Amino acid sequence: MTHNIAVKVENLYKVFGRKPQEAVKQLMAGTKREDLPSSTTAAVIDASFEVKEGEIFVVMGLSGSGKSTLIRALNGLWEATSGQVTLGDDKITGMSSAKLREVRRKRVSMVFQHFALLPHRTVLANVAYPLEQQGVGRAQRLSTAAKTLDLVGLTGWGDKMPSELSGGMQQRVGIARALAANTEILLMDEAFSALDPLIRREMQEQLIQLQAKLGKTIVFITHDLNEAMFLGDRIAVMRDGQIVQVGTPEEILMDPANDYVAQFVQDVDRARVLTASAVLEPTRAVIHESDGPRNALRTMNELFLSAAIVTNRERQVVGMITDRDALKLVQQGESTITSKIQPLESVNRDTPLIDLFVPSVESPLPVTVTDEEHRLLGVIPRVTLLAALASTTPPTEEMTVLSKPLPGNVVDAALQGAGEEN
Amino acid sequence: MDGFTIPVGDVAEKAINWVIDNMAAFFDLLRTIFIEMYDGVYYLLGTPHFAVIIGVVAVIALLARGWQFMLGSVIGLVLIVGMDQWDNAMVSLALVLVATFWALVISLPLGIWAARSTTFSNIVRPFLDFLQTMPAFVYLIPALMLFRVGVAPGIVATIAFALAPGVRFTELGIRSVDKEVVEAGQAFGSSPARILRQIQLPLALPTIMAGVNQVIMLSLSMVVIAGMVGAGGLGGDVILSLGRLDTALGVEAGLGVVILAMILDRLTNAFGRQSGLFSWFAKRRKSAAAAKEQELAA
Repeated sequence: MTHNIAVKVENLYKVFGRKPQEAVKQLMAGTKREDLPSSTTAAVIDASFEVKEGEIFVVMGLSGSGKSTLIRALNGLWEATSGQVTLGDDKITGMSSAKLREVRRKRVSMVFQHFALLPHRTVLANVAYPLEQQGVGRAQRLSTAAKTLDLVGLTGWGDKMPSELSGGMQQRVGIARALAANTEILLMDEAFSALDPLIRREMQEQLIQLQAKLGKTIVFITHDLNEAMFLGDRIAVMRDGQIVQVGTPEEILMDPANDYVAQFVQDVDRARVLTASAVLEPTRAVIHESDGPRNALRTMNELFLSAAIVTNRERQVVGMITDRDALKLVQQGESTITSKIQPLESVNRDTPLIDLFVPSVESPLPVTVTDEEHRLLGVIPRVTLLAALASTTPPTEEMTVLSKPLPGNVVDAALQGAGEEN
Repeated sequence: MDGFTIPVGDVAEKAINWVIDNMAAFFDLLRTIFIEMYDGVYYLLGTPHFAVIIGVVAVIALLARGWQFMLGSVIGLVLIVGMDQWDNAMVSLALVLVATFWALVISLPLGIWAARSTTFSNIVRPFLDFLQTMPAFVYLIPALMLFRVGVAPGIVATIAFALAPGVRFTELGIRSVDKEVVEAGQAFGSSPARILRQIQLPLALPTIMAGVNQVIMLSLSMVVIAGMVGAGGLGGDVILSLGRLDTALGVEAGLGVVILAMILDRLTNAFGRQSGLFSWFAKRRKSAAAAKEQELAA
């Protein structure tokens, strides 16, 4: 993924009503939004952020927070009162309306809360609409539209009228229409807010899948924090026209910038938002594959453990070994532990916490977290897992395990005995 | 209150006189255009045998709404023939058609403009109020002076009277098109002209058609008053019966107006609501278009 900037917003102000410029000057001088004359409404105040290419950037806020105005300033549907908006290398602010239409045809498309399909046109013609505006020939734009319909799972619905489709399907048409335009930037204004919760979840998942395939730059507006957390690579939280925090879902959840954000994230389903990498802890309970059973037993004994993770030279997890097995090997005089390595389930670092409960219960060891190459990153003891959900820091790093470790004197005796034999 | 007068009437009279003195050529041209158009339409309606016209109306009625409406129209028209008002009815119909045509030509663009510009909307609104509420007879005086006796002043007065709903309904129709759909047009880089043509007008059409219906209805009611300035037709006979206190003639001419009004109203309503065979054809055309799209897409 490249990290070029797709959307850049600098000190953006949008004021509605009389004498907007005057109001911006007052705001810049520090006047509060509530203290402006009642004939003016400051919808967006001093917004600055950057959206990287290929990123889903969510703007989250309650109704009236200015997020809809903000997104409409990005494609120039609302002209900014002050500040700059840049898409790629096109400066939107101050652009002529003809040039602006050109940018909208080629660079940025939009999905609307209430779908905004043309009710007098077929689904296919709706999807072909942006291409029609781009001047693509009829046959070609219709065939592109049909392919885009396939992409969103609406194959065969092209000849229907929008009113014949359910809400979720209509919004898929809306998404297909935006995708058909083949612009690198996609603006989604409360795109799933008008849908039933079940359909909404389904659409969110479909969007993630599509995004994995297409890699668009998406600016997504929502008032639903769970949706923001689920979709967003980064989230901007808006309140009363101002952006109060920009960060990854985890940053916002773990380190809210102020009380407002903190209050907001209170109700978030943390188990779905936080991933393993956010809560994992380093572990010393690691034994190298080539270590002998004596070393293994000693390590476990020192750490007061009944089992340990076994890794290879690349720090990849190969399995686990229990202290009892190690003891047996020592007593049998084996020099390697390979024969007693048991398989160990590990989870990827991007796994949400909600999916860690079952492994946590089933595994004799704390849940083992690895990266894409299966290299060991750390572990998540059950205490940590529960503490993360309660949003407190875990009391200790002590690891809880299922079976009690062998008593120290037994181990000492065994090591002693084996040592004597040697 | 002694001596306090604002000479509004005098000013208006002087203005009209100035116009008559200085712009006579322009109004003569308009007069000629209106008379020629009227003659043409009347020729089409009045020349054929009444049975032919009734037949044509019956077919249109069938297509637009179905057989009940066809039956009603035929009975009504035959009644007009039986009352010996056929020729008058065709004269009035020709007047209505010409006046409606011009009223729409003027009012639709004004309505579109008013929908796009709130300033313009605010400017035209008092004029529309004026046109709609000024007692209809008052139009006849300047119209008579500018266009002399005949069909022309009748048509002009009718246009002025019937204009307002055309503008109002067009503005209302376009303004009430879903804002998000218009925004979608803008967001995909459509030009204002294209948004008007591809989104606003098609979606405003039912409302605009209601306006057209109102224009026709108002034209018809004004056409009777226009009988006073020698426009003839059913209105002429109504005025005549009034002068002679001839109840029989008054009822017959009046009924003629009612029958025409009902047929025209139901007919234009049908276009707005898409019922009858027309809508069946429209549906077929739509599904054929959708099939064509599918074919092209493949």
